[in-house]
Amino acid sequence: MKTFLKCHRIIGGYGEGEALISHEPICFYLTDPKTGIVREKTHELAGQNISNKVLVFPSGKASSVVQIDGLFKLASHNLAPKAMIVKDVETVLIVSAFMAKVPLVDRLEKDPFKVIGTGDMVRVDADNGAVTVERHSLQHSHAKALHYTAQSF
Amino acid sequence: MHLAREEEQMLNGEFGAGAQKAMELLVAIGDAYDAEKMIPISRAHAASSGQEGDLYFVELLADGGAKCRVPTSTNPVYDIKYFHRLFDVPKDEAEVAQKVMKAYKRVGAILSWSCVPYLSENIPLYGEHVAFSESSATPYVNSVIGAYTNREAAQSALAAGIIGKTPKYGLHIKQNRKGTTLIDVSASLRDEFDYTLLGHYVGKTVGYGIPVLAGIREPPTTEELINFCAMSNTSGAISMFHFPGYTVEASTVKEAFQGDVPKEKITVTDKELRGVYEELQTTSEKADFVQLGCPHYTLKQIGKVAELLNGRKIREDCPLWVCTSATAKLLADKSGYTRTIEKAGGHVVVDTCIDEPCWAAFKQKVGMTDSPKGAYYRRFKEVRVARLQECVEAAVNGKERRRA
Repeated sequence: MKTFLKCHRIIGGYGEGEALISHEPICFYLTDPKTGIVREKTHELAGQNISNKVLVFPSGKASSVVQIDGLFKLASHNLAPKAMIVKDVETVLIVSAFMAKVPLVDRLEKDPFKVIGTGDMVRVDADNGAVTVERHSLQHSHAKALHYTAQSF
Repeated sequence: MHLAREEEQMLNGEFGAGAQKAMELLVAIGDAYDAEKMIPISRAHAASSGQEGDLYFVELLADGGAKCRVPTSTNPVYDIKYFHRLFDVPKDEAEVAQKVMKAYKRVGAILSWSCVPYLSENIPLYGEHVAFSESSATPYVNSVIGAYTNREAAQSALAAGIIGKTPKYGLHIKQNRKGTTLIDVSASLRDEFDYTLLGHYVGKTVGYGIPVLAGIREPPTTEELINFCAMSNTSGAISMFHFPGYTVEASTVKEAFQGDVPKEKITVTDKELRGVYEELQTTSEKADFVQLGCPHYTLKQIGKVAELLNGRKIREDCPLWVCTSATAKLLADKSGYTRTIEKAGGHVVVDTCIDEPCWAAFKQKVGMTDSPKGAYYRRFKEVRVARLQECVEAAVNGKERRRA
């Protein structure tokens, strides 16, 4: 099933990939710059890899300095997310995406946490303000299972 | 966003490639927030860091001939000449830091290398529109001083300093400065350390918003406010807050919410602060070094360290460092604090911060600090977070009384 959603462009460009959902804010500095794995032990995504994913998360967090450096380092190793969908935009995140050249959108016409699941195929066309979601329910439940495994460590 | 003629020209590159890049970033931000126009700012603080992302942007501007139009101060990096004789700083990292420092000079910034510039090197007044990045600086100038800034990044603040303007959105508009979350504080707040724990809890719990803290019984000190700012804007994205009766924009809770009803209410007791304290410890092992001054210690705090170390000796296997600004160090020298600390075997170092690569020698060690923010970035193997007094005791005796 495909869903088309309008969105608001923040940083232009096009990116597609598997969706990865985080209900918690993300600090890119707390990911391994050489693998893209989240190394913040208490984070919902701890142990998961954000590189080349379409990352769906509420907002950025952490001091401005490290947030930008974190995403910039990932991008310089070609490990940045393919695109980012957020709920609360903030300046530091805009600058991070500007410097790392990662498409960034917000204001999806539906709640992204309700219409996108981890593992779905998502295309973000920031320039045209459009997001396409292809639900992969099987992958979705598989990813969920993985998520719980990761959490139990 | 509507652009004035000169702003258009800057965006088109008529003022050089550096100003053009700065303008491109500001326009992207303005468009993201649907800002109607740009407004002049009187000063900026760029949270320079001496890291790769920082270097990329400041060199882009410097090479493009950009110059700051308004006073623009800088954040800690590190003086490689100072660290060279102490530690083996990775060569490539040191090179990046030196290039960053040169590039900020080329764009005409105030070379303060301080994370608390609002105390002496670059002080906004009430009501001024500014662009201040750096975790403690943004909430401090908004909440404590009552200047207007958004939660800037180093690059957006530098771009604003170059152009002398910023898009009008967010906290530059009075209605957006009202509280979002009511925090009922019944925890006892004895000192700066309790304020760091409080900041950590509030940042983590609120995430993104303007907390209004009610129930604080004693007026907070400058240092307590600095710590609250630094921590709440690290564990969360808190650009502004109100302590009704103590911070400038609200004398009552009602005023802080500008007549709105709080969306959320959170209670903070001693239990929550103890929880934060426990969560921050990654080990109970003996400390290999003590690191103080994140954010940069004020003159008063350096004086306190000197008082605690007076006539005592720091163990050779547990060096103690105090990070501060060049301005505070100058006064600490004159006041005799530096000498007392150095006589005990401690170090007072300027222009740098716990989160710089110059501390590479400590990477595999157990660090002790009074700053959860410093601990958060984990440049060290393990971290213990404790009150200043306990940190000093650890450096002197190797043991410290635990007081959660």
